[in-house]
Amino acid sequence: MHAAVVVFPGSNCDRDLAVALERAGARVSMVWHKDTAMPDGVDLIGVPGGFSFGDYLRCGAIAANSPICRAVKDHADRGGYVLGVCNGFQILTETRVLPGTLLRNAGLKYICRAVPLTVVTTDSAFTSGYDAGQTITVPIAHHDGNYHADAETLRALAAEDRIAFRYGDNPNGSADDIAGILSPNRRVLGMMPHPERMAETAHGGTDGAAMFAGLVQQLEHA
Amino acid sequence: MKARVHIMLKTGVLDPQGEAVRHALGSLGFDGVKSVRQGKVIELDLKDGTDEATIKDMCERLLANTVIESYKVEIL
Repeated sequence: MHAAVVVFPGSNCDRDLAVALERAGARVSMVWHKDTAMPDGVDLIGVPGGFSFGDYLRCGAIAANSPICRAVKDHADRGGYVLGVCNGFQILTETRVLPGTLLRNAGLKYICRAVPLTVVTTDSAFTSGYDAGQTITVPIAHHDGNYHADAETLRALAAEDRIAFRYGDNPNGSADDIAGILSPNRRVLGMMPHPERMAETAHGGTDGAAMFAGLVQQLEHA
Repeated sequence: MKARVHIMLKTGVLDPQGEAVRHALGSLGFDGVKSVRQGKVIELDLKDGTDEATIKDMCERLLANTVIESYKVEIL
């Protein structure tokens, strides 16, 4: 499985994401934000966490208009797999690859701690390695993670089983306790928590590892 | 020419920062502040003759996130 991880000025989880994918057996290429195309044969694009372009204007807004994001959008439009974590999720909403947006946390504080998540659906390459309803512990680290979408979008996300993860104890005011959502074709996942920071025992837990193992397993045979 | 773009959260979108400002005004003794909404102002220095449609396009594509924000263009 060949994965590409996009690097923006201000990304700070790009290496972590690459290591998590490599440990799961993927071949990983790092792609710079000024590049205009993905390497040939990329199965999965990782859009990492961090503070791309210093969060200027709005989190993810400048990155969403960088040259590489056109290639990310094209890849998603062609039915390619994309994983956006934290700032990566914000970027995917700004490019409108995923619906809704991430507002300032309801409590106004930057929150950095491990939180319980419920795996809502196992019907995706990202979540097939978990059990439905399983509770996992994954860290969050964000100031703007308060998921917001209009009522119609929230209804569609629930009705189409596109809510991948919910917070066990909503830390940021997200609508419907949403921590991560899938695209209509279930091949794009955006989530605020960081599975790549809970992927090996030295991290203090390995609850994120099943996502990378599942992705590699499913896309290897795709 | 110059233009000023006013960006505000849409009605119905919660504004926790505005709410925090309202609380702070209350603790300074300014009672009677019913609500505070916080937005932003962007000033653009543009080539003369830039039409309003172009500025609106800038708003739609970058300056505002129309999922949650509304904007108003003011030509100065």
